[in-house]
Amino acid sequence: MSFSVPSKLEAELDELATHYPQKRSASLMFLHALQEHFGFISRDAVEWTATKLGLQPINVYELVTFYPMFRQEKLGRTQVRVCRTLSCALAGAYELRDHFCKNLGLDTAKHGPQTTPDGKFTVEFVECLASCGSAPVVMVNDDLLEKVTAADAEKVLTRGRVTE
Amino acid sequence: MSNVATTAPAPAAPPPVEKLKIKVDGREIEVPKLMPDWQGRLQPTTMLQACQIAGAEVPHYCYHPKLPVAGNCRMCLVEFGTPMMGPDRKPVLNPDGTPKIAKSVLPYEPGTPRGAIACATPISPGMEIYPGSAATQQMREAVLESLLINHPLDCPICDQAGECKLQEYSVEHGQANSRFVETKVHKPKAVDLGPRIVLDDERCILCTRCIRFSRDIAGDDALGIVNRGSYNTIAAWKEGAFDNNYTLNTVDLCPVGALTSRDFRFKMRVWFLKETRSVCTSCSTGCNITIGSREDVIHRYEPRDNDAVNAAWMCDAGRLNYKWVGRPDRLKEVRRRNADGTSDRIPWETAIREITARLSNAVSGSVAVVASARQTTEELHLLKKLANRFGAITDSVPRTGEADRLLVSADRNPNSNGARLTGIAYTEMGIRLPEIAEGIRSGSIRTLVVFGEDVTQHGIGADLLARLETLVVSDILPNPTTAAAHYLLPGCAHAEKRGTYINGKGRLQRFLKAVEPHGDARPEWEFLRELVTAVTAQAVPATLEGLFNEMSDGIPAFGGVRWAGIGDLGVNVTI
Ligand code: SF4
Ligand code: SF4
Ligand code: FES
Ligand code: FES
Repeated sequence: MSFSVPSKLEAELDELATHYPQKRSASLMFLHALQEHFGFISRDAVEWTATKLGLQPINVYELVTFYPMFRQEKLGRTQVRVCRTLSCALAGAYELRDHFCKNLGLDTAKHGPQTTPDGKFTVEFVECLASCGSAPVVMVNDDLLEKVTAADAEKVLTRGRVTE
Repeated sequence: MSNVATTAPAPAAPPPVEKLKIKVDGREIEVPKLMPDWQGRLQPTTMLQACQIAGAEVPHYCYHPKLPVAGNCRMCLVEFGTPMMGPDRKPVLNPDGTPKIAKSVLPYEPGTPRGAIACATPISPGMEIYPGSAATQQMREAVLESLLINHPLDCPICDQAGECKLQEYSVEHGQANSRFVETKVHKPKAVDLGPRIVLDDERCILCTRCIRFSRDIAGDDALGIVNRGSYNTIAAWKEGAFDNNYTLNTVDLCPVGALTSRDFRFKMRVWFLKETRSVCTSCSTGCNITIGSREDVIHRYEPRDNDAVNAAWMCDAGRLNYKWVGRPDRLKEVRRRNADGTSDRIPWETAIREITARLSNAVSGSVAVVASARQTTEELHLLKKLANRFGAITDSVPRTGEADRLLVSADRNPNSNGARLTGIAYTEMGIRLPEIAEGIRSGSIRTLVVFGEDVTQHGIGADLLARLETLVVSDILPNPTTAAAHYLLPGCAHAEKRGTYINGKGRLQRFLKAVEPHGDARPEWEFLRELVTAVTAQAVPATLEGLFNEMSDGIPAFGGVRWAGIGDLGVNVTI
């Protein structure tokens, strides 16, 4: 499967690069756009970006590995991000993540995002989601869930299992 | 057209160097306001440079005089202060009239010194730097402690041990016990970074010297830091892809044992190595090197700083081109070939006596000499003396490759200019080889003396060699020419003798002996001297120094330089 960027997106990005005094400054915007389109940033995408901006792939790869929000693998359809910073940790964030992991057959001891083999879920810890007053909080895709209980978690799981 | 002028304009007087007065550990010194940066451009003098002038050591990892300043390791932190200014913008004075110094402190904690990184902080007039203070010492300890947090502390199996800055500074500024109780972060070990480089990421202190060298010096932006925080890791985009002709310089630059040479890795403890100043022979750049040897075995070449030649670098090809010196098939015996094709091992005296006898009968014009531009200038000078006795045609063999933008020259002979200045070769080297071949074919040339070249590769084939009355060959490794020799004289690699080369830009450089020759082999200049003395009945100086000085007197381009005057960095001669 060869990597190809739709010509419309490519044209947009080419135009975008002209807004910066140095082309390399557009790296982050390129990566965001590619992640938006492909769901993650493949090695091909890194090489494509480097070529476009006159960089070496390692320059782009440094960025991709620095920011955890850049994904290097395809994520599950339902992405569960459990906040684990202080308020949420005190309010049971670890138990909550364990709950998700155990129900989905994921390893609770593993670091970083984990995706179920069927591609339906990705579970990971994140840092403060800026909603400390309603801890524990969880982001499910783009939605923020507050004061999350085990029952809420179940609902997320049920919904995620059925959606196609 | 100005270069046609016969009288050179008087050189402009150098502009006066502006100086600043500062104090280092209480001692007043004057330092230039501007000093050369990594590219030699004048920039404001840094605290680190000033301390170096003052003779005060400032430990550092990321700073390297030939690389752009990165200021990331923090090892060079020093306590400092600047003259206090009053509201009238005049210095505030102490009761004794000296300027009052405001020590740099944390703004919210005036009792705590706030250090600055000496490598990246310019000095200012009246500044006081305290590299020896207790506060500075404390900063170093703290930085070192944090650098060691995830370090594997595997010095006993680390190649860098013995020349490791982390080890050295830890002895000086470190603590005996680790206070770190958490689990260390584990990182990749024995990473295949490139064909010649193996990386141990756990030992890396992330100084980025390797990245900066590759990007800014070698022009190959191949390395980077991936991941974040304590997971930071030096990496190339693809495993094994770090492959320019200068990668091994990163091993020298790496202050710790993270970057290792695949060739040298786990072979030898560095403190056993004898270090000898020498010169690379793989091209006419003549990079200055240090040969590391132990018990007559060469273990590595490393670049030696010389701003007139190679700065602090050398190419990978030149660095790894040493194994032939220890090859088991080295020519080790003086041999005489008999009419039936068999050959005998004979003593040097016999060989010199018999060759002398044969040469004495040679008529003028019947002798030719093919020398090698890989030989030392002194040897070429002696061969020229020999040739002069017979009016012999002389030449040498060109050797070319591709030049690059950093060091490698297209001329792959180390001493082409030596061959030219001694009169062995002409501007266009090898131009007279066809003439020699023709002379042998027609029978006018009956005696051929070949040093260090396989002439069968250069138009003088085995059929022609077979026609000769006398073929005297000296070489280091066997080849078809040595096989055809009537007299075979085993010679020495540059690492086994002393001598000089003149590089492509006219830099005359000397090299010293690191290891003993193999078997009967002797430095060519020694037996050439015996031969020349016997054949020409002229006295020839018996020491290399004397020989060099005699040669220098005879070649105006040398400007009268003496052996002792060449020094470790060489001198320029006119080419
Ligand atoms: S590998 Fe060596 S030179 Fe490169 S960043 Fe690490 S410590 Fe510095
Ligand atoms: S550039 Fe030439 S002289 Fe320098 S190390 Fe390479 S081969 Fe040797
Ligand atoms: S700690 Fe979880 S939202 Fe701030
Ligand atoms: S030497 Fe690394 S910060 Fe100065």
